[in-house]
Amino acid sequence: MSIYHLDLMSALGINVLLALSVYCPMVTGQLSIGNAGFMAIGAYISAMLTVHLHIPLFPALIAAGVVAGFIGLLVGFPALRLKGLFLAMATLGFGEIVRNFFMNFLEPLTGGAYGFRGIGNDPISVFWIWGWVIFFLIFLHFLSRSRLGLAMLATHDDETVSELMGVNIVRLKIGAFGLGAFIAGVAGGLFAHYYLYIEPEFFNVWKSIYMVLFVIMGGMLTFWGGVMGAAIFTLLPEFTRILHDWRGAFFGLVIIVLMIIRPSGILTRDMFRWDYWRPSLKEAKP
Amino acid sequence: MFLQQLFNGIMLGSTYALIAISFTLLMGVLNMLNFAIGELFMLGAVFGLTFVNFGMPFYVAFPLAMICTGCTCLIIERVSFRPLRNSPPSVPLLSTMGFSILIGSTAENIWGSERSQFPQWIEPVDFHIGPVLISSTELIILAAAVVIMIGLDLFIQRTRIGRGMRAVAENIDTASILGVDSNLIIPAAFFASGALAGASGILFGLSFSIVSPFMGMEPGIKGIAAMIVGGMGNIRGAIVGGMLIGIIEVLSVGYLGATAKDFAVYGALFLALVIRPQGILGMLQAERERI
Repeated sequence: MSIYHLDLMSALGINVLLALSVYCPMVTGQLSIGNAGFMAIGAYISAMLTVHLHIPLFPALIAAGVVAGFIGLLVGFPALRLKGLFLAMATLGFGEIVRNFFMNFLEPLTGGAYGFRGIGNDPISVFWIWGWVIFFLIFLHFLSRSRLGLAMLATHDDETVSELMGVNIVRLKIGAFGLGAFIAGVAGGLFAHYYLYIEPEFFNVWKSIYMVLFVIMGGMLTFWGGVMGAAIFTLLPEFTRILHDWRGAFFGLVIIVLMIIRPSGILTRDMFRWDYWRPSLKEAKP
Repeated sequence: MFLQQLFNGIMLGSTYALIAISFTLLMGVLNMLNFAIGELFMLGAVFGLTFVNFGMPFYVAFPLAMICTGCTCLIIERVSFRPLRNSPPSVPLLSTMGFSILIGSTAENIWGSERSQFPQWIEPVDFHIGPVLISSTELIILAAAVVIMIGLDLFIQRTRIGRGMRAVAENIDTASILGVDSNLIIPAAFFASGALAGASGILFGLSFSIVSPFMGMEPGIKGIAAMIVGGMGNIRGAIVGGMLIGIIEVLSVGYLGATAKDFAVYGALFLALVIRPQGILGMLQAERERI
């Protein structure tokens, strides 16, 4: 593989992780537009650990994920009271607070608005990134087949009923939020050590929005949807290079059109049922 | 000094209030967060500047720019709202985010990414009212903002279409049964929202002398914050919220330094949501909580 393809694979891997980080809270019905904040926390924590304390990469990544996840749990508590767009706005505010924190504080350690340079000498290999991707995919695969995964989906479909059925919604929602933050933190750490340079502007609102787009475009109720969305969003700009400056506009157009033709995402849950592809059933669907 | 800061805060706040009203119109009537309003705000300023550069006088260029942004918002209604009316609220939200990307990137391609500003339009005169220094531009901008707000409030409270909007906001099905034509009311709300966003963009461009394709994002998000702080779906609340966000921003810069600015604003947003999700004026009805 050429460097170009390796770069693309790495970007794809990081985007898949980011999509999974939004998928986790979303599957319990929580829309978070602040995951770039958790990503920033992971990126800065891991970079500070490896650069200033010379800690090896793996424990630094774990620490990044744990710190981001812990902050995710803290944010998840007050966020429990909020639903739908209110939660989206609260998390958006949180993401901006984090970005401004790294912009204005810790400047001797992180370079503040000038950016954090010199994170290691060589970018980590693409296998690091895909190792984490595969780990989280396997984890989510088993999670989604477990009782817990079922409870998460039930919470998404109807909170009141699943609470009546004995699902502990509070623990479930906070846990899902924290898990998402953990994944975002690890992704941030990988991002910092792959590109070797980070600055607060990388983690702005648009980063969070793109993560949400990955998931909603791909399909929000199966984690393969997030993977698919991340793949489309990473590869589409590469395949539309002929459009030059109009790539961004085209991209916006694709989102708008896809939302009209498939509002619940490209991949939906019933597609994974064995009888979905049988023609008779397909016609019978409304 | 404090009074001057307060006045500057109110100046900034009047822009945020107009954006917040623009969000509130759609949020209150249709429960929809139109993320593209930040870009419509930008579009208003850019259109206004283009028309002025074509040689149109200001009093023609600005209403024309407002009509343009209003019509853009009508397109958004057709594409992002009408076909998706029965989806969960995140779907129209995402669709308007797509619009936001589309409009922003198109504007960047057409008008270039450089900053420009409106030409001098009136002789600048400074007024001293006690310790507060007010320029004639600021006075006109503030007056325009106040006129727009009062006009909109009267429109919602007194006119037939305004009453229809309030009926649709209460319950769209009941309103239709009672003969409110929702296919007229909903586009009207979108048009008003878009025109308002355009107007606030023009006023912002005039008062801060910046017009660029990137100017929309930050005021857009602060407009959302203002709407939430004031209580969603309530125009008077949006005005209060906008003023509050503007004053918080200016005072925190003045007394705590520029680094504190966004902390204060987004901290207020986060706290407002967590402590008092129904907003300062507390107009959130029981059925609204479901969204």
